[in-house]
Amino acid sequence: MRFAFTDDQKMLRDTVREVLQRECPPEVVRAAWEGRHEGAKAVWSTLAETGLMGMTASEEAGGMAMTALDLVLPLEETGYAAWPAPIVDTVAVGIPLLEAAGTEEQKERWLPAAVAGRIRIVLSFEGQDVVAHAASSDLLIAERDGAAFCVPMAEVTVVPEQSVDRSRDLGRVSFDVGPRSRMRQDIDAGALLSLARDRAALGTAARLIGLSRRMLDMAVQYAKDREQFGKPIGTQQAVKHRLANALIEQEFARPLVYRAAWCLATSAPEAPTAVSLAKIYAGQAAQFVAKQALQVHGAIGYTIEYDLHMWMKRAWALAAAHGDAAHHRERIGRQIL
Amino acid sequence: MDLDFTESENAFRQECRDWLEAHVPREPLASGDTREGFSQHLEWERKLFDAGWAAVSWPTQYGGREASLVEWLIFEEEYYLAGAPNRVTQNGIFLLAPTLFEFGTEEQKERILRPMARGDVTWAQAWSEPNAGSDLAALKSTARRVDGGWRLSGQKTWSTRAAFCDMAYGLFRTDPAQARHRGLTYFMFPLHAEGVTVRGVDRLDGDEGFAEIFLEDVFVSDADVIGETNEGWGVAMATTSSERGLSLRSPGRFMATAARLIDLHRRYQDRAGPALRDEVIRAWMDAQAYRWFTFQTVTRMMQEESIGADSSMNKVFWSEMDVRTHETALSIIGALQELDERAPSAIDDGQWMKGFQFALAGPIYAGTNEIQRNIIAERVLGLPRK
Ligand SMILES: Cc1cc2nc3c(=O)[nH]c(=O)nc-3n(C[C@H](O)[C@H](O)[C@H](O)COP(=O)(O)OP(=O)(O)OC[C@H]3O[C@@H](n4cnc5c(N)ncnc54)[C@H](O)[C@@H]3O)c2cc1C
Repeated sequence: MRFAFTDDQKMLRDTVREVLQRECPPEVVRAAWEGRHEGAKAVWSTLAETGLMGMTASEEAGGMAMTALDLVLPLEETGYAAWPAPIVDTVAVGIPLLEAAGTEEQKERWLPAAVAGRIRIVLSFEGQDVVAHAASSDLLIAERDGAAFCVPMAEVTVVPEQSVDRSRDLGRVSFDVGPRSRMRQDIDAGALLSLARDRAALGTAARLIGLSRRMLDMAVQYAKDREQFGKPIGTQQAVKHRLANALIEQEFARPLVYRAAWCLATSAPEAPTAVSLAKIYAGQAAQFVAKQALQVHGAIGYTIEYDLHMWMKRAWALAAAHGDAAHHRERIGRQIL
Repeated sequence: MDLDFTESENAFRQECRDWLEAHVPREPLASGDTREGFSQHLEWERKLFDAGWAAVSWPTQYGGREASLVEWLIFEEEYYLAGAPNRVTQNGIFLLAPTLFEFGTEEQKERILRPMARGDVTWAQAWSEPNAGSDLAALKSTARRVDGGWRLSGQKTWSTRAAFCDMAYGLFRTDPAQARHRGLTYFMFPLHAEGVTVRGVDRLDGDEGFAEIFLEDVFVSDADVIGETNEGWGVAMATTSSERGLSLRSPGRFMATAARLIDLHRRYQDRAGPALRDEVIRAWMDAQAYRWFTFQTVTRMMQEESIGADSSMNKVFWSEMDVRTHETALSIIGALQELDERAPSAIDDGQWMKGFQFALAGPIYAGTNEIQRNIIAERVLGLPRK
């Protein structure tokens, strides 16, 4: 029993953190809100240079054969920066799924490009046809009637939707469910897809932890700076206790996310339950922290002009993405009751 | 990261489980916070000690088995899962002993630890005073220098099980010229000596679990001072941080409560309904969250990282989880929730109402949760004091 990351894992996190700090300041998120995605896309290229996009591909495919455990901290950082990009879809889920379930032809066409960071993959599981960043991506991997499909975005119809988080560039996807885009049929697609769903949920949980940390940082800084009644509002106990509660929610969610990553990385039998726990607690924490952060900011936090709202709205979106709390609670309930 | 238990950890778990299965009393003991129950519990403690389970993480010379922190957590999981009795030796083994290991002399460790672990000498905490609760540094009890030792005077209160214990420990002002947390010294003192009056006080659940301690010129020798004279505050803080952190409430306890709640729900689910079902799941999940948080903490400790004020997060989490879990159980029990452990028709021997009343103390003792939140805000988040 040793609950700690390796130095290599932390180094990778630091690399991603530095890139995002430099290239994905709030202005980049704000630009995506206004329909300008160049900044966020440039970050993709820079991170591709660090090898991040190929992390989960096998070595034969030019990747690093890394696991959910190696990926969880970098993904947390992408949440911290609120980087608007389908990084979970592409790296945590899409690439391993393409490698495991793609036909030779599909792999040849898409895998090297994905590993090199030249294309972006988005996912649409059964019943989840509203997809973020679909219009700006290149490949859709979808589950329909229990079968897996790999569809070039050129053949996908994307009807724009509107997320409260504009930077998600949301759209409803549909495509011709034909044999041409079917993925391999000689394998257990069901098992691969359920693993893919767990990977997506875990990746999303990691991002939620990052979002939560950033909102708490913003609120703590604001509580130190903002003065009323001649002193910082952070001297007030009501403000302190709100922020202490936020930290508790966040810090008890965090180990659950790391543990779920370990379970996925080691194919532990308890992985599905661990992922559900992680997703529920990370979603709860991020939404709770969002509320506390807004209250601590007062009216400035209630504007579009101030940055906090972009993190809050992302938290609302991701808390329900890849299984909301009710879905995951049910999964656990079936296991333990 | 490796969240599997090692082979030897698994073997250790099996050994705990086997022994507990064979030895845990079939019939529940009377409450350890009553005179009758206290002595029943001590008999059990002696059995634990003789088999080497009383203080698994201690060095063997004092009766332990040098278990690692992870093994200690495993022992606790098995202990509570087996439904073994609450530990009436806890204020000694889990709170005073860590202080002695850190600050005690060889002579003190030799003299005190084995009898403590065997339950031959039992220990109460004596920090609180009528006018010093959360604000412990406001304490008024004094120690006066005399030949070869000290004379203690003053009044302590809310001292758990002091009505039945042999010894107590706490802070006394040794330097009247210094204020607040300076000039205090950490003493161990007898509860049956001349000049000591102990008066039991019934707690919320009716057990005589509290006591007031009145001291009038009680003699204590220099050998019973822990740490330096006038430096008791720092020593005491070490004790309170083990209390808030790991040692007082390990995850095993709450995992066992969650398992019992699931069992209760299974029996009464027809009337529980979906909202309570969700709460039962939540109770289980919270216990899991606490468990993994704790394994993370223990890894940090084994890497010699200091946990410091983070232990306050722990204390808030487990205490509030425990209240919620018991509230859920009582809601499942419904109309009969008022039946306590003396009622013939009480479900599960009224242990949920009993446990609920005890759970309500969690946010108060070991530093109230308001104080913990102040600590988290100021020392972990760095918010300004004034
Ligand atoms: C079951 C139980 C067992 C106990 N066992 C022992 C024992 O063995 N030995 C021992 O010495 N003591 C023991 N105690 C006492 C315990 O340590 C005190 O109750 C605790 O420190 C609080 O002190 P108080 O009760 O005087 O409350 P007070 O300090 O008077 O507090 C009353 C209320 O005011 C709040 N408050 C006080 N100061 C602040 C502040 N600065 N900011 C915000 N809120 C504040 C508190 O949070 C609380 O809600 C026990 C208590 C209980 C309930």
